[in-house]
Amino acid sequence: MLQDSNRRGQVAVYGALLLAALLAPMLGAYPVFVLKVLCFALFACAFNLLIGYTGLLSFGHAAFFGGAGYVAGHAMKEWGLTPELGLLLGTAFAALTGLVMGALAIRRQGIYFSMITLALAQMLYFFCLQAPFTGGEDGIQGIPRGKLLGLLPLDSDLALYYVVLGIVVAAFALIVRTIHSPFGQILKAIKENEPRAVSLGYDVDRFKLVAFVLSAALSGLAGSLKALVLGFETLTDVHWSMSGAVILMTLVGGLGTLAGPIAGAFVVIALENKLGDLGAFLANVTGLAWFNTLGESVTMVTGVIFVICVLTFRRGIVGELIGLADQWKARRKPAAPLGSHLVDRG
Amino acid sequence: MNFDIGIPLPALLSQLLLGLVNGAFYAMLSLGLAVIFGLLNVINFAHGALFMLGAVLAWAGMEYAGLNYWIMLLVSPLVVGMIGVVIEKSMLRWIYKLDHIYGLLLTLGITLVIEGVMRSAYGVSGLPYSPPDALQGATDLGFMMLPNYRAWVVGASVVVCLATWFTIEKTKLGAYLRAGTENPKIVEAFGVNVPLMVTLTYGFGVALAAFAGVLAAPVIQVSPLMGQNLIIVVFAVVVIGGMGSIMGSIVTGLALGVIEGLTKVFYPQASATVVFFIMVIVLMLRPAGLFGKEK
Repeated sequence: MLQDSNRRGQVAVYGALLLAALLAPMLGAYPVFVLKVLCFALFACAFNLLIGYTGLLSFGHAAFFGGAGYVAGHAMKEWGLTPELGLLLGTAFAALTGLVMGALAIRRQGIYFSMITLALAQMLYFFCLQAPFTGGEDGIQGIPRGKLLGLLPLDSDLALYYVVLGIVVAAFALIVRTIHSPFGQILKAIKENEPRAVSLGYDVDRFKLVAFVLSAALSGLAGSLKALVLGFETLTDVHWSMSGAVILMTLVGGLGTLAGPIAGAFVVIALENKLGDLGAFLANVTGLAWFNTLGESVTMVTGVIFVICVLTFRRGIVGELIGLADQWKARRKPAAPLGSHLVDRG
Repeated sequence: MNFDIGIPLPALLSQLLLGLVNGAFYAMLSLGLAVIFGLLNVINFAHGALFMLGAVLAWAGMEYAGLNYWIMLLVSPLVVGMIGVVIEKSMLRWIYKLDHIYGLLLTLGITLVIEGVMRSAYGVSGLPYSPPDALQGATDLGFMMLPNYRAWVVGASVVVCLATWFTIEKTKLGAYLRAGTENPKIVEAFGVNVPLMVTLTYGFGVALAAFAGVLAAPVIQVSPLMGQNLIIVVFAVVVIGGMGSIMGSIVTGLALGVIEGLTKVFYPQASATVVFFIMVIVLMLRPAGLFGKEK
């Protein structure tokens, strides 16, 4: 019964979110900003599939996000491919890179896994820095939006917005489906107790690798979408700080919650874009001129949020909300069956 | 005087020495990481930032207070060591019981804060720092010119690394440390102040990074970003060597520096990535690392 009310609550929340996303352009939201949030939300959700549901902290997801962006951008600009082909190529590249990186990285566990993914992603960064087609420090500029399937021109922000929204919602649905599938349950078992999963006869390495490739492919899709939306691709997206950024988004929103990464992506992107305004506002309120320089210290502010999150706010925004909701329910129904707090949540 | 490889011997030797210099930094940093990981179970991402802080402090000491290289070689590690003690006592202490990944994330946050502050103070361009007068110039060895400063870097870091190895493996203090790595609860029951030992270990590890930073100041350009890329290479070094053995870290660090130096001679395009390639090969052949023992 409790699970039913949870389900209903979830449907209501996601329905409201989807409605808000559908109406956002009419409500005067700046489409490119919302588009950017959508791309990063998908990126963070794909990343969360690994950290939140498989327990693997990849520190190399920038390789998939940025690498796919380069491939998609190059395909659309230089080869003149239609957007959907560009996106497909980018995603395929990320999946392939994920297969290679994953196969190497799962040979070690825990913290070594993170260090290996970081080092391998750094290899790709150096490759992008030196390879001729990436344009080095300048990156790829002026990626055309083209026509979807050769028919629908995406030049208007509105058309692009609904296409991207559709793709992101579909990808999100795929992630939700994966998590609730038997496959997703095995991933959770690996996260909770790997030796136990092994002793139950599961080929843990294979499940990890499939999860890694899926996460990489979806991150690649997000990166290709980003290249399409913004029309350029630079080294920033393959740099390790991008891997750090996606970790932060997931952490702020809530590790292992479905909606957490979306909330986290929104908060982090908004912060990056609006930090200067926030600084000016704080300077006005407090009269401290120092706050005016806040816009230039995104790195520092990001670091402070990281530290605060790890020390005091590990459940993230959505995790805390779920915690509050559970507490409230527990108070209303003191006789909740034992272990009911363990039911699937999201 | 040619090995018939198309490269004159002096050029080869000087690249080799440059590789050894880099290897010395890898060795000192991976040694610190290994010591910290052994006792704290935390991978200290902030190691690169604290290495940078050591170098910037050396520069600042000269710039603002006229303190010379030799003084800063002592003061800088002390200051950074104290910062390390504060970081351990105020932040790291609270996450030991959690999953390892939180240690990495917390120190990543600390890294971003330190680098962000330094960047807003000094920008990203290099700060000039020249070697001390006593070590300028080069010595003619007959077959090559040996730059004095580089020789000093290699010598000093090898001595420091060996001293650390000796302390940990051969003294009573080191025995406590090794016992604490093995089983902190029992060591505490024997009356050893383990929390203090943990704090001091972290302080020592990051002081080592700062020492490397001061040594690096005259050879690598001092800038707020100097630790960023280095720490990722050092992570690869740690994966290759495995963190189980102190001597392993030292040897792996030096050897990889030399290999990197040789790559610069024979195939410069790959010099930035050769360490990562070696990591891939080691992972395929010996996943636990060269000196690692995996359960």
